[in-house]
Amino acid sequence: MAQVPVTEGVFTWPSETPQLIGSRCVACGNHMFPVQAGCPKCTGEKTEQVLLGRRGTLWTWTVQGFPPKAPPYAGDVDPKTFKAFGVGYVELPGQIKVEARLTEADPEKLKIGMEMELVIVPLSTDASGNEVVTFAFAPVA
Amino acid sequence: MSTEVAIVGIGMHEFGRTEGVSGMEQGVIAVRRACADAGVKWEDVQFAFGGSAAAGAADTMVSQLGLTGLQFINVANGCATGGSALFSAYNTIRSGVFDLGIAIGFDKHERGAFRVDTRGAGLGNWYGASGLALTTQFFGMKINRYMHEYGISHSTLGKVSEKAFRNGSMNPMAWRRKPISEQEALDSLMLSYPLTQYMFCSPGEGGVALILARADKAHLYTDKPIFLNAAVVRSRRFGSFEVLAPSIALEHNAGPTVDSSKAAFEMAGIGPEDIDLAQLQDTEAGAEVMHMAENGFCEHGEQEFMIQAGETEIGGKFPVNTDGGCLANGEPIGASGLRQVYENVLQLRGQAGARQVPNDPKVAYTHVYGAPGISGVTILSR
Repeated sequence: MAQVPVTEGVFTWPSETPQLIGSRCVACGNHMFPVQAGCPKCTGEKTEQVLLGRRGTLWTWTVQGFPPKAPPYAGDVDPKTFKAFGVGYVELPGQIKVEARLTEADPEKLKIGMEMELVIVPLSTDASGNEVVTFAFAPVA
Repeated sequence: MSTEVAIVGIGMHEFGRTEGVSGMEQGVIAVRRACADAGVKWEDVQFAFGGSAAAGAADTMVSQLGLTGLQFINVANGCATGGSALFSAYNTIRSGVFDLGIAIGFDKHERGAFRVDTRGAGLGNWYGASGLALTTQFFGMKINRYMHEYGISHSTLGKVSEKAFRNGSMNPMAWRRKPISEQEALDSLMLSYPLTQYMFCSPGEGGVALILARADKAHLYTDKPIFLNAAVVRSRRFGSFEVLAPSIALEHNAGPTVDSSKAAFEMAGIGPEDIDLAQLQDTEAGAEVMHMAENGFCEHGEQEFMIQAGETEIGGKFPVNTDGGCLANGEPIGASGLRQVYENVLQLRGQAGARQVPNDPKVAYTHVYGAPGISGVTILSR
């Protein structure tokens, strides 16, 4: 089954070592995710594309315990088969805190401050039978 | 010197689920009740600001209320729609343009968590497709971090829900009128850790209308005018942690609630210690806890003691969400902020019935918060 990214331009694809694609303000150095053209910090109008770090620490988290509405959600929404998934913000040192799915959904195993790394995970199957993938953070073993 | 402003009439359509009555019709009923309360006719109303998020353009109400030719301006400002209508009506009278006007909010939402329009919210389709476009996640993540930093317990979240449903049981306009215990709140379905089903409000239905007049003419309409001492709306600044954010800055900024609260106290010329009761945005139980500190009513972390000691109960030192808040009333977005003001007017008039705050409260506070990082505050006095 072929894999396709949920979107272009948000994470590097294909890649053995995936990275999120963000912006950096040319004037003040502020980082943004996803890519955007203006800087919310200094109101600067010029930004450059930058690859964000792959590792960071978990700043906060929750667990999505019920199926999101579809649309917009592309994953499994059948209450019988839906699996809860973690969601968190991971603080990338010197850059920004990014929001992402987490590969861990057990509240006992999620701790603020734990080390996390970017991975690509399956999300759904599209109409052509391709496996749609998105980004997530996984605890560093 | 600007003209002072008083609320001289209030009207509300019951919150909850009203089958067969549109959101707009609930707004019309609220307007009629407000006019009756103030003893004014619709044709006396000189201007209106009104809005809903999901129940149509407010200005089309005139076809039911009467085509009087009044100035009617629609307001659309997310969760601060009602607050923005009130802010606009307040300043229209202060500026001297008109003497008597109305602020209206109503709504009717589908069941379940809000369906987020990712494009309308300025987000890519991938965000919703990946399962991140849920406001509930933000609330879970904000209170989870807050509990970690300031030592708020799960029990305290349960107690907030218990209080909300108890207060709601004393409010004939509320949606949820059956008391639940702290333990029932804690044991209900976990929706977005650490928040359970009974710790979240639900999108709902309802309508509220408030009639405002120049303070020096308020006696024409009521013997119990309630004065609007401040009405403020603020958006987020760089570094704040807000709902539906794919990323947040490393540096921390306190957020729009803190900004709108400070501005409102400055405008009214008083401080948090002067407030007798407050309606604070409680989209979920943790929000009420955090908003107590963000609005200046305590230090971060002090809520744990205050709530465990019952200080935010109706008979406590600082009553919060006396009508059951969003938790018991649900959240019809356009009407929610005005529902808080409606409750404060009742409390300051001494007309809140079984849930009346004792000792004749004189000054009351409202606070709304919502996407994409907006807050509105009012201060009322008698």
